[in-house]
Amino acid sequence: MKTTNSTIEVSNLCFSYEKQRVLENINFTIEKHDFLTIIGPNGGGKSTLLKLILGINEVQKGSIKISGQKHLEKIHQVGYVPQNTNINLNFPITVLEVIMMGQNKLKKRVFGYKKEEKQRAYEVLKKVNMDGFIHNKISNLSGGQRQRVLIARALFSNPKILLLDEPTSNIDISGCEQIYSTLEKLNKEITVVVVSHDISVILKYASRAFYINKRLTHHDLTKMKQEFKSIDSNICEIELLEMLGRCRC
Amino acid sequence: MLELLSYAFIQNALLAGIIVSIITAIIGTLVVSNKMVFLSGGIAHSAYGGVGLAIFFGLPMLLSTSLFCVFVTIIIALASYKNKENLDILIGLTWAVGMSFGIILADLTPGYQADLMSYLFGSLLAVTHDDINYMASLLVIVLIIIVTFYRDILAVSYDTEYAKLRGVKTKFFYTLILILSSLTIVISIKVVGLILVIALLTIPIYIASFYCKNLLSMMIVSAILSIIFTIIGLCISYEFDISSGPSIIMTSSLCALVTFIFKSIRN
Repeated sequence: MKTTNSTIEVSNLCFSYEKQRVLENINFTIEKHDFLTIIGPNGGGKSTLLKLILGINEVQKGSIKISGQKHLEKIHQVGYVPQNTNINLNFPITVLEVIMMGQNKLKKRVFGYKKEEKQRAYEVLKKVNMDGFIHNKISNLSGGQRQRVLIARALFSNPKILLLDEPTSNIDISGCEQIYSTLEKLNKEITVVVVSHDISVILKYASRAFYINKRLTHHDLTKMKQEFKSIDSNICEIELLEMLGRCRC
Repeated sequence: MLELLSYAFIQNALLAGIIVSIITAIIGTLVVSNKMVFLSGGIAHSAYGGVGLAIFFGLPMLLSTSLFCVFVTIIIALASYKNKENLDILIGLTWAVGMSFGIILADLTPGYQADLMSYLFGSLLAVTHDDINYMASLLVIVLIIIVTFYRDILAVSYDTEYAKLRGVKTKFFYTLILILSSLTIVISIKVVGLILVIALLTIPIYIASFYCKNLLSMMIVSAILSIIFTIIGLCISYEFDISSGPSIIMTSSLCALVTFIFKSIRN
């Protein structure tokens, strides 16, 4: 296992929901400036893995390290973009207010924002080409625009790693392309990890891919190899994370 | 019309109406934004259990109903925070059991002949000084909480999971919003009653949502609208000798309908 330049190291990770084992003996390393995608079917454990890295779910066995230290100690280095399906799309809130939630600790100042806070919000919105929308109501934006605002929110605290959970679900093709182009641009500065089940698009942009499925069979493996070969991709190989350990195809 | 203001009961009604309008607008904005309308309906109807307890044991009505509602709300909050799949069933249970419990206690109270309808549809003109003091106290508490924790409440309401990652105590604020909703419902009983309280918590907010960009402006605009509806409703109620609660609700509903038609035509 490589350790130089590694940003996330996962060793012998196991996780169960009550009696149902979801992840078993997962081992991998994510390197600096990787554009990594975690793919696999629904219920395969992709989002669970992400939530373990973020500390939303507690590690039951094994370990996760960020920049060589326990993940919870370095969690401020991680920016997170949740699934947009978990967010109330009609909520009355402006783009500026959403961005301000990206602060590591929410400021106790009640109403209004400081000039430097607004300046930072403008900077991160510019990175995702949304700087002209700072005072817009979030529900008036398209799905793709809304998702780029959530990426900007994750960038507010200057993370070294950006984790995204299904960032293109329920978003049209042009919106998807815009999101992935933005991520490709951001990847020059930070590590990007995207959980996705839409492999036809994500594999065009990602430099590495993990396939995760708690019930992977030989039939699935063969099918996936064929599917993978038919896609125009930058990836040379997909690393499989599954119950039996780790292999490459 | 100005002669109305010379009557003490009208002054009380007006003051209570204005206080409750501000509180329901603030809490209603949170209820609607957090999609807790049905949940609030359940709490509102379960409040009848508190009314029954007050009648049966001869307790102060507002205090007894508040404590009962807060108790029910904490149970709902603890049961629903992580697992919202069974929330519908929980609300249905609370709704029916609370009402049945209240009615049974009222039936068992020897010689009790008070009009239970006044709790269902409100009796604004019968508001006392004690009621107003209680309402004003709750208004101060609500304002202090909103001003102090506005950003946390905004974060929890918009994206709970992300707020948790940023160190916000999401379970605490989820429970706090529910408790404030239940106390708001209790003080609204006198104004519009248990059945109609949901209208006060939603209609002004629905109208404000067409014109407001964020939570704070929505709270302010719905408070102004709610005060206007309450004053107009109260005047209509006096003029035509009809119940004040339904009169306020019909006034606001009519305005909501006009806004909806106006917006639909414009779009």
